[in-house]
Amino acid sequence: MTLLTIEDLSVHFPTRHKVFVAVNDADLTVEPGEIHGLVGESGAGKSTIGAAVMGLLERPGHIAGGTVSFKGEKISGRDAEGMRSLRGAKISMIFQDPLTSLNPLLTVGQQLVETIQFHLKLTDKDSRQRAIELLDRVGIPHPDDRIDMYPHQFSGGMRQRVVIALALCSEPDVIIADEPTTALDVSIQAQILDLIKELARERQTGVILITHDMGVIADTTDKVTVMYQGEVVESGTTDQVMGDPQHEYTKSLIAAVPRPTLKVHRFPQLSYGGRQIEFHIDDLARNWHKPEPSKSGTLLKVDKLSKTFLTKGHIIPSRRKFFTAVNEVSFDIKDGEVFGIVGESGSGKSTVARMIATLYETNGGKITFDETDVTALHSHKDLEGYRRQIQMIFQDPYSSLNPRMRVDEIIAEPVKHHKLLEGAAIQHRVDELLERVGLGSDAGRKYPHEFSGGQRQRISIARALATQPRFLICDEPTSALDVSIQAQILNILKDLQEHLGLTMLFISHDLPVVRQMCDRVGVMRQGQMVEVADTEELFANPQTDYTRELLSLMPKLEGLSTEGLKDEIV
Amino acid sequence: MLTFVIRRVFQSALVLLIVGLVAFSMFRFVGDPIDNMLGQERTDADIARLRTELGLDQPFPVQYMKFLSGAAEGNFGVSYRQGRPVGDILLERAPATLELAAVSGFLAISIGIGLGVFTAIRKDGFLANFIMSASLIGVSLPTFLIGILLIYLFAVVLGWLPSFGRGDVVHFGWWSTGLLTSSGLKALILPSITLGLYQMTLIMRLVRSEMLEVLRQDYIRFARARGLKEKSVNFHHALKNTLVPVITVTGLQLGSIIAFAIITETVFQWPGVGLLFINAIQFVDIPVMAAYLMLISVMFVGINLIVDLLYFAIDPRLRTEQKGAK
Repeated sequence: MTLLTIEDLSVHFPTRHKVFVAVNDADLTVEPGEIHGLVGESGAGKSTIGAAVMGLLERPGHIAGGTVSFKGEKISGRDAEGMRSLRGAKISMIFQDPLTSLNPLLTVGQQLVETIQFHLKLTDKDSRQRAIELLDRVGIPHPDDRIDMYPHQFSGGMRQRVVIALALCSEPDVIIADEPTTALDVSIQAQILDLIKELARERQTGVILITHDMGVIADTTDKVTVMYQGEVVESGTTDQVMGDPQHEYTKSLIAAVPRPTLKVHRFPQLSYGGRQIEFHIDDLARNWHKPEPSKSGTLLKVDKLSKTFLTKGHIIPSRRKFFTAVNEVSFDIKDGEVFGIVGESGSGKSTVARMIATLYETNGGKITFDETDVTALHSHKDLEGYRRQIQMIFQDPYSSLNPRMRVDEIIAEPVKHHKLLEGAAIQHRVDELLERVGLGSDAGRKYPHEFSGGQRQRISIARALATQPRFLICDEPTSALDVSIQAQILNILKDLQEHLGLTMLFISHDLPVVRQMCDRVGVMRQGQMVEVADTEELFANPQTDYTRELLSLMPKLEGLSTEGLKDEIV
Repeated sequence: MLTFVIRRVFQSALVLLIVGLVAFSMFRFVGDPIDNMLGQERTDADIARLRTELGLDQPFPVQYMKFLSGAAEGNFGVSYRQGRPVGDILLERAPATLELAAVSGFLAISIGIGLGVFTAIRKDGFLANFIMSASLIGVSLPTFLIGILLIYLFAVVLGWLPSFGRGDVVHFGWWSTGLLTSSGLKALILPSITLGLYQMTLIMRLVRSEMLEVLRQDYIRFARARGLKEKSVNFHHALKNTLVPVITVTGLQLGSIIAFAIITETVFQWPGVGLLFINAIQFVDIPVMAAYLMLISVMFVGINLIVDLLYFAIDPRLRTEQKGAK
């Protein structure tokens, strides 16, 4: 019997000026034991469908048409109390961020027991027993001890397991998982997805898995529905949709996914929905002041670099506690090379980048940039000279641009700071950069909030290029972006490297992206560099267990269509 | 935890010492107590003698040290005006102020949190909007004006409540209470509302905005998605998280309730330490002023310490940080 049927569902958000149609005529069914993927980019309306099914739409959003039925019984249009009796009991939901989905002031046990007692009317003792069983079921070790702990005492992956345990309290028939692994590391992501698969199979639970990650869809789901701007554009079995997409949008979306097994020269530009951008890097190269190549051929050399952070201060030095974020890391980057650092969160990869950018002081070790010992630079003038030559692009395009500054001021700031140009020449440089990253010089008079995430990241790139640096540090530059936007940004970075001869340090947790971007890769784990190798060599023939483990956790995406990529495969 | 308390106590002591020093350096600008103490027929010799007797000829740091060494033994000096030990006067007056502050603090917190939660849950309701608009009055009107308006309405026009004084009090040892007699309770109503109104509206607006923020959090959405009842979501999950930041401001506000009692006590002629302080200023009664200021700072510091400890009680994240650090 079909668990959940969504027919012609439309969700409207009336605003002062017009009605925003978040979901338009969407259809979707979930069978017992089936994992149904709901995929699309941000703003596609996939989370809105989840909220509509649960009756948790934020006001003034409402179901404007169509029906949602649970086991053949219509549930859309029920009153608040009627919906509440379904929530948790028959349909449960898992949210994206396990760090924020648990109440920080209550123990895990209190939250579980409250939910169990509410749904199953058990005694305190039985509820607690059931809570321990649930924690055990979702794979939390020593559940009878950990039940009395608070959420902050659990790691991210463990918290997501607790969230799943909470969702399972009353044996729901349907679970709606809204980006359940987006905030987690790859190894944790694999474990959580396995758990969801196992639950669906064993308990015959129907799962709607909402995600933007094609890898998750390909490896986990049985069926998939693709959404674009509130509309379902394609639906079918996962193998069929991923391997032989019919709709143009699906095709372009799949083509933009970085493959772990194929290296492409450039990502095909999305041709659907008018998202094509003009990008004239060749023009920029003409005015680019190309620096002399470094004498030795090695631009940056990092030798036994270390960084410790004070975690607890104390008057007596021996009582102080330190955390070693980076432990004797060594690598070097040749002229014109893209060097990647991969690792899970907390592995110290961003700390290395910040030390190279002189944002953090080092605690031992040496950084040599074109024969100059950077760690020995102390005078303001010398440091400024070095800083001009290295620039950084940060992960979050929303917080890395000052919202109170106009875009042209943002891009001009490094030029003015380093006194590289004067007067009208500054504006000319800014206009040129904006033109080149495809935003147009008019964009300079706007403020950051008027741009989308991908556009903001292009502003960040323009800002980083303003001083005509030799070395660019990209710290997870695309992990906050949709896959099609990611493809654009990666293309821009590839072009920059090719035409301007830029040397890059590219930091990412995403192995397929690293494979597309980097010539050589270093793998970091818990502050140490475990392996450095040529990219192709690392993927083909990993030398350490940890690298092998990381590679095995990476979604293979072998079933994905390669249509549209054929001309680009290297 | 213990190290934290010890460190805070040391910090508090330092704060008290500095407050005292600043206070003493200001006293000479208040006026000369000798003028008030001696009558019209004083001679220069009288003035000089009295000045030496009281130690007023010495520089203020020396006066301060004398005060401190006295205070350490529990001796706060003798009031210039009343000729009685300051300690006794304060003890006699303190119950009135503490009772007034406690009642208005209680009103401010209970009504403030209650209305704050109500206006947050019924965000767009008519009554909630009305309360929000009305609360602007509480925030913007000065205390003395509210007091005078209340006196005019309830004491003068309606004649329901007394306009001044404490009513009948019952004595338990040195403590006197007005809470056990009907005239005492009646006398408490207007001053405590006057004193607590500003704090009440402030707490209410703060609770409302914090609560709205908390209600947007994922764990609230998740609690709803588990089907928990609105009541449980609002009061069990949301309210506790709302209170964490509210505690700081509320703690500081309770301190200022005692400090602002000066104005309310003057308007209602309430026989507490605030009124005592006002009279002391008029007479340049330095020992009373000094003792009063120290008393107020002790209370402020004490309340802040309690607030910090409350954090530990309510927020487990702080508790484990300390445990982990050991």
